[in-house]
Amino acid sequence: MSTDSDRVGITRADVCTVAIAECFRGDGEILANPIGTIPVIGGRLARATFEPGLCCTDGEATLIADDTTFPGPESSGGLTSLDGKTVEYWNPYRSMFDWVWSGRRHIIMGATQIDRYGNQNFAAIGDPKQPKVQLLGYRGAPGNTINDTTSYWIPNHNPKVFVERVDTVTGVGWDRAVALGLDGPARYFDLRRVVSNLGTFDFATPDNRMRLRSLHPGVSVGEVLAATGFELAVPDEIPESRLPTPDELLLLREVIDPEGRRNAEVPDPA
Amino acid sequence: MPLGIIDDKLVTEDDVVGELRSGMTVAIGGWGSRRKPMSIVRAIVRSDLTDLTIVSHGGPDLGLLCSAGKVRKAVYAFVTLDSIALEPHFRKARQSGAIDDEPLDEGLVHLGLQAAAWRVPFLPTRVGLGSDLFRDNPTLRTVTSPYDDREELVAMPALELDAAICHLNRSDARGNALYLGPDLYWDDLMLQAAPTGRRFISTEKVLPTAELAGEGCLHQRRISRMMVDGVVAAPGGAHFTSCAPDYPRDEEFQAQYAAAARSPEAWDAFRTAWLDLPETDYQRKIREDRKPGNADGQEDT
Repeated sequence: MSTDSDRVGITRADVCTVAIAECFRGDGEILANPIGTIPVIGGRLARATFEPGLCCTDGEATLIADDTTFPGPESSGGLTSLDGKTVEYWNPYRSMFDWVWSGRRHIIMGATQIDRYGNQNFAAIGDPKQPKVQLLGYRGAPGNTINDTTSYWIPNHNPKVFVERVDTVTGVGWDRAVALGLDGPARYFDLRRVVSNLGTFDFATPDNRMRLRSLHPGVSVGEVLAATGFELAVPDEIPESRLPTPDELLLLREVIDPEGRRNAEVPDPA
Repeated sequence: MPLGIIDDKLVTEDDVVGELRSGMTVAIGGWGSRRKPMSIVRAIVRSDLTDLTIVSHGGPDLGLLCSAGKVRKAVYAFVTLDSIALEPHFRKARQSGAIDDEPLDEGLVHLGLQAAAWRVPFLPTRVGLGSDLFRDNPTLRTVTSPYDDREELVAMPALELDAAICHLNRSDARGNALYLGPDLYWDDLMLQAAPTGRRFISTEKVLPTAELAGEGCLHQRRISRMMVDGVVAAPGGAHFTSCAPDYPRDEEFQAQYAAAARSPEAWDAFRTAWLDLPETDYQRKIREDRKPGNADGQEDT
């Protein structure tokens, strides 16, 4: 257990970033493809510490070796956006399917809605034929979830996101994967973890329902339950989310995210 | 115009529109708000074409055509303006029920175009299994592997096109073209999937074939004249989307475009200012708009 003096200056965003990095533990030499500010920073952190084999994108069309994050994708696109980057591989959008369909990627996606089995929606809210709110679309979620390891990042944990039932299943959840057959059509399905601003979650329950895996420091079980619109599995013992090590903190502050963009995505609770 | 003259395929935006018919399925190249053939899209907006089915990795091409009332159906995996995450004109069309849609995973778009280009009815994949794509897109079917595994897979149908329209950085007059930015996106597949006679590109600069060698690198010369029936010389033709490295996205203009989705009045004002005019006037206005104080300065030739 850490002492209070270890916690000085550690932000909620630091804890979230470490939790994201932990999602990639054990992945080896695959494409870590985190979408969003803290996921990109967390992916870099994992590579710079315990998962050196990971490959990371610059948010556009290359895989780069740099630990630092870039504010991409560049609005202009183009080769000028390569300035200062150490390119490992040219990775245009179409190449992504080669990684995804061959099982060499772990993506961290966002979700406008997610249910207890991890079914994700970021296509539309309401009637799919005439939605109340049109969102992005299916994007690559069906292909990502059926082919590769997938985790989710929810920076704003609330009952409108963690819902009883999603309006559209873009990313496949555990119940549907089981129905397809984990030894059959869904044999490459691997929905691993959900990280939110309140805690971390997995599906390590007998019926693959979402389970509270750890609480970020300062967050109570009651706070998580109140922010979750479905019945969450809550074990008797709930560990605290891992804190960043001094080395990790230094990397985050000095190299990976010196501008502190992670703290803008998840501000510290008042 | 005749398009059949082999050594010179130069046409205008309006010539391209003249080859299209209401009800056609048109693929539009680029990605999000990047390297979109906007000058041809604007020409479609000015035309009396209607009921188009648009296949696109969608950006303002699809949004603009929706607000102009040209779209019957959208075939897409996403629609975004990049710096503005959700395309407001597309959202408005969907939320008002003005258009039908056939949503897809972006990998399915890839396979659908590839199947059309290779002239096979479908290509198999796991993409889509377990998702609501089968609820929302009635064109999708599954197929059982004829081999011992007997696996059930998604049979992504060929995306049958009537036309394809893309914007490239450089070309010759015969349709050999190259991109200079980081990504070709799906331009080559769209042109290969569309039928001969209605495969169009616009380009920033048309050069003699021999001079293309001085542009970009060998590996960027991915568009062959065998894929192209008409070439539009369109400097600034991708505006306001990015056309790296020739020019970045015009973020200020894009914000103005996005704001035009807020009300019918805002749309009318945007349309009057930027759409109900010939492309040459549009390009001149953009240049004047971008150089305040230089509005009646240099001559444009």
